[in-house]
Amino acid sequence: MENLNNNTMTEEIIIAGFGGQGVLSMGKILAYSGIMQDQEVSWMPSYGPEMRGGTANVTVIISDDRISSPYLKVYDTAIILNQQSMDKFEETVKPGGILIYDPNGITHHPTRTDIKIYQIEGNKLANEMGNRKISNMVILGGYLKVKPIMKLDNVIEGLKKSLPERYQHLIPLNKDAITTGMNNVTLFKVSEKAPLS
Amino acid sequence: MSELKLMKGNEALAEAAIRAGADAYFGYPITPQSEVIEYLMAQRPEKRTGMVVLQAESEVAAINMVYGAASTGKRVMTSSSSPGISLKLEGISYLAGAELPAVIVNVVRGGPGLGTIQPSQADYFQSVKGGGHGDYKLYVLAPASVQEMSDFVEDAFDIAFKYRAPVLILSDGLIGQMMEKVNLKDQKPRMKDEELIKRYNHWAVTGKKGRERNIITSLDLQSEKMEARVRRLMKKYKQMEEEDLRFEKINCDDAEYLIVAYGSSARIAQKAVELARDKGIKVGLLRPITLFPYPKQQLFELADQVKGILSVELNAGQMVEDVKLAVQHKVPVEHFGRTGGIIHTPEEILEALEQKIIKNGSIRHHKTRESSIL
Repeated sequence: MENLNNNTMTEEIIIAGFGGQGVLSMGKILAYSGIMQDQEVSWMPSYGPEMRGGTANVTVIISDDRISSPYLKVYDTAIILNQQSMDKFEETVKPGGILIYDPNGITHHPTRTDIKIYQIEGNKLANEMGNRKISNMVILGGYLKVKPIMKLDNVIEGLKKSLPERYQHLIPLNKDAITTGMNNVTLFKVSEKAPLS
Repeated sequence: MSELKLMKGNEALAEAAIRAGADAYFGYPITPQSEVIEYLMAQRPEKRTGMVVLQAESEVAAINMVYGAASTGKRVMTSSSSPGISLKLEGISYLAGAELPAVIVNVVRGGPGLGTIQPSQADYFQSVKGGGHGDYKLYVLAPASVQEMSDFVEDAFDIAFKYRAPVLILSDGLIGQMMEKVNLKDQKPRMKDEELIKRYNHWAVTGKKGRERNIITSLDLQSEKMEARVRRLMKKYKQMEEEDLRFEKINCDDAEYLIVAYGSSARIAQKAVELARDKGIKVGLLRPITLFPYPKQQLFELADQVKGILSVELNAGQMVEDVKLAVQHKVPVEHFGRTGGIIHTPEEILEALEQKIIKNGSIRHHKTRESSIL
């Protein structure tokens, strides 16, 4: 929701995809980055049966103010990584909000015209970089390009905090992935591919 | 100096137990609270502070280990989720009867039975209306954030030892599983045996050298003595009500309608209050932080100010009974809540408030009765 005080920001995000695509860790890095900027954060995952081989999603809220509900019905931004999540969450983006998705595996593209829609080839670009595990960082980069709520430095600090000791050497690779995502995110025009129905 | 971290509620609670100088944790894993014992095991608290962390063979064993350790004046904690707490209730009743300090944590999931592993607040009755057998109550703290999952551990130990009574931290799968920023308190040293003996020698089993023996039991076959024990318990509960009630009032000053909610529901309801105020509806939120003692007087007074009250809980209607008792028919009181592990959204809460309270809010009780007679 909009804050009464115009100087403060609140960003309510849903990140959704298959378990194993790095949905929860992308959310965790965003949350840690928020802490690096002295903001309030919440990270509310789906847990349990949904996670096991099915869809995983996490609600992340970054705010200058105390966060009330960590659980939401509508979001400023949806980051979508598979078709099931597209079917479930496209309608939950607030009018004027942002939907950003990886077209890999998407057969029914989004159709809404009252939101801004972006594509980021996370899976493809990560494969080209030689490590498909960093596709979530490519997508995060795409998101940060269209919604620059974080300074890159703070994201890197957030990464350092959220990665375990044994993965700290992968920080430069993750940084490259974020930059790649920033450089390759494209606006998606609904009229081009919208189904007739 | 405190330490800032991003943690799950369950992890923050476990870390807080170590830092509060707890002597022991006995538990048995169950979703959605298994992170408590996982985190404790991973932290090797036996190395950090000498704290004992043990996975018992069952919930029943765990609560009886708590009974044994608490008998010696040690600071001891256990945790579980709903079905596991049901198993522990016999032991909890014994702890209350034997007047032992202990901290019990319930990260609630949906029931009845095995139910679901998703969040719920359906253990309200179990927590505040006894649960186990006999005339006893638990002091019940209901955290609504990861920070409170951390802070309430030490608070719970303080209360447990102040009254020599078991204290329940009533959380749920939402607060347990979510991550938020948390300020961790400094490490407190565990109490040394000499200090413990000095403080608790009058009741604890510390070795009877130089004094009469202390007997820890909940059994008293002499009726007069047993009644005296029950009266002593009731006196404690009355003192808890007088000295240790906790609640939070949010946007209540000019409120025309009131939502009452605790724990995770209070967080979601607070957003509903924000949405309502954006629409120009003056709604306030009363958040009981302790569920026993309950903010009865505060509700009784707020009922003079507001036109109606909605009790929002992740259950089929439990706390609403306490709200009604407190309000004493001054204004309409209704319940709203989802069950089965479904979490209500802020929008749903606002819709329920509008339909159940605001639309019917002007109809006073006597009119309702008249219409029902017709």
